[in-house]
Amino acid sequence: MIGNLQILIDAPALSLQLLIDGILVGAVFALAAYGLALVWGVTNVINVAQGEFVMLGGFITVLCADQGLPPLIAVPIAAAVLYVLGWVLFQLVIVHLVGRDMFNSVLATFGIAIVLQQLMAHVFGGADRIVESGLGSWFFRDGLIGIAKVKVVVFVACIALGVTLALFLARSRAGQAIRATAQEPRAASVLGIETRRVYALTFALNAAICGAAGALAAMAYTIHAYGGLAYTIRSFMIVVVAGLGNLAGVIWAALGLGVAENFAGFILGAQYQIAFVFGLLVAVLVFRNWRLRRKRLTLR
Amino acid sequence: MRFARTMSVCLGVTLSVMTGGIGAGAKTQDEIVLGAAVSLTGKYAQNGLNTKNGYDLAISKINEKGGVKIGDKTYKLAIRYYDDESTPARGTELAERLIKQDGVQFILGPYSSGLTKAILPIVEKHKVPMVEGNGAARELFTKGYRYIFAVLSTSDQYLTPAIDLAAEHAAKLGKTPDTLKVALAMENDPFAQDVRAGVLDDAKRHGMQVVIDDQLPPELNDMSVTLTKVKALKPDVLVVSGHEKGALTAAAQIDALKVNVPIVAMTHCDSAQLAEKLGNAAEHVFCAKQWHSSLAYKDDLFGTAADFARLFRDTYGYETPYQAAQSAAAVEVFADAFSRAQSLDLEKVREALASTEIETFYGPVKFDAAGRNVAKPMVLTQVQGGEYVVVSPAEWAAGTPVIPRPSP
Repeated sequence: MIGNLQILIDAPALSLQLLIDGILVGAVFALAAYGLALVWGVTNVINVAQGEFVMLGGFITVLCADQGLPPLIAVPIAAAVLYVLGWVLFQLVIVHLVGRDMFNSVLATFGIAIVLQQLMAHVFGGADRIVESGLGSWFFRDGLIGIAKVKVVVFVACIALGVTLALFLARSRAGQAIRATAQEPRAASVLGIETRRVYALTFALNAAICGAAGALAAMAYTIHAYGGLAYTIRSFMIVVVAGLGNLAGVIWAALGLGVAENFAGFILGAQYQIAFVFGLLVAVLVFRNWRLRRKRLTLR
Repeated sequence: MRFARTMSVCLGVTLSVMTGGIGAGAKTQDEIVLGAAVSLTGKYAQNGLNTKNGYDLAISKINEKGGVKIGDKTYKLAIRYYDDESTPARGTELAERLIKQDGVQFILGPYSSGLTKAILPIVEKHKVPMVEGNGAARELFTKGYRYIFAVLSTSDQYLTPAIDLAAEHAAKLGKTPDTLKVALAMENDPFAQDVRAGVLDDAKRHGMQVVIDDQLPPELNDMSVTLTKVKALKPDVLVVSGHEKGALTAAAQIDALKVNVPIVAMTHCDSAQLAEKLGNAAEHVFCAKQWHSSLAYKDDLFGTAADFARLFRDTYGYETPYQAAQSAAAVEVFADAFSRAQSLDLEKVREALASTEIETFYGPVKFDAAGRNVAKPMVLTQVQGGEYVVVSPAEWAAGTPVIPRPSP
């Protein structure tokens, strides 16, 4: 462990490599987490099928690549397909969960996750897939630092999507409606907002974001019909760390976690990479609790 | 009450079938039913399918040639399948169901060591022989189980040929093996941990220095951290094992990060279709295999290894993964045991299995007391021009290894 730390001190370029890789991997998680936070905030539904949406987006890219289309074209296609799927799933299942106990939403979306997993395994097979982006890498410092171009594309696309989304929520009419509904659904509906449509829009939007994230992820990482769980857990964690309703925080939390994870993996060994992140989650929760408790005392 | 009575009647019927004169394996006349719970869904779905295809191909070939002759009767073989969903708990349940409810007396193994481990206690409890071709973990053979017979090499032997090859190559260059540095990136699952133990033992035997020993969590699909470390420490050998995902991720990211290691060796290359899917990125990677179609093994049922591979490709439309070959070999071993036992009595079949000594298209099969096949070695191939070329052991090698791996 100390040896590994010494390597980083001796070769600072490697720290830079870890930092960049961490930020790049964090970007994909940021998208999935962004969608989760949106749905959670607006409809109070925790979507456990988040990772499956991501994987489905990935498989759509695989399908497009098999047809000979350039992989990047698959991103809008995946988003469009997932948008429709999200809309349908909302009308069939999610609509019954809005305003209910959170436990119901976890159970129902878990069911959706299982169905999607099995369908994907059935349709696309049980093999791990990765799409060759054919973009290659940039190298710096005699090849000591290597950055896969596709990961940069993923990162830029994530940021662009994130900014677009933030603008959409802040400026557009539909975005206003979403925010109003999130704040107080009853007041919103009194003022003429069709909350049901807003909910559907939010959920479909979330699915589309996940689809785009998956399409991008398939070019840099492997995807698998049962590989969604990692994304679900990660996005859940990111939202918890960022704090509910803090959409800008989601991006920072995602990138930060990606970086923390990479450094932990390097210094402690890959076996502690994910354990470290969960340890961090516990630490954040304990810290939050401690801070809240202090506030409570002053109130009293 | 009525339900209970119906159940007890059902149970009675089942029991009478099980203890019936001709043995319960033969449910309908002249048919021996083998039972198999394989992963048709879940994370092992691909290899579960490979396993099933191997079994099916052997069954159809054996039946085509007239089946198994016992006394003056000939039996056709059949398999009753269940899907274990890649989960050990389900595997256990299904093994119990195959033996107790369906009256199956001969079990073919599932895919993966984990699932084999899960159903072993059931098989032992009911004293039902199991021949398996896809559970290679060391621990399956160290608990004193008597009813497991494995046609494949155990997992600790998977990547040791790569270490030996590195040592040989060093000697050729006039270096001693103890100057070599080894890096390991192994998934944290029983199979890869066995591979790891084997590699560590072998590296120690050669006096090599292990500079990286990363154990990757199963849910990890990014290896860039470990590879960054590889770049820093410049090992001479990098060995990777983590099912298909590990092989794909490692090869793709080694290419993307331009990691230069003279010898890169992996498991699961062919089931991950490494050369097919990744093209140049997979070039000159060493792949451990249980079997390869260019080997000179043959038998009467399938012909040569190449004949088997051709038949498999014609039947299922994709290249033969070794997982399918060893599954087919497992069925062959059962058929051979039946005809030598000249009986379907469980103990007699077990005795016949224990004294198996045959040549198959998959390689020689001979079991030690623990049920391991001690006759067949592992082979090491290297991706050369998009093909897997056997480079070790030298006596069967069709090609020569390219070391160091040319930088992409």
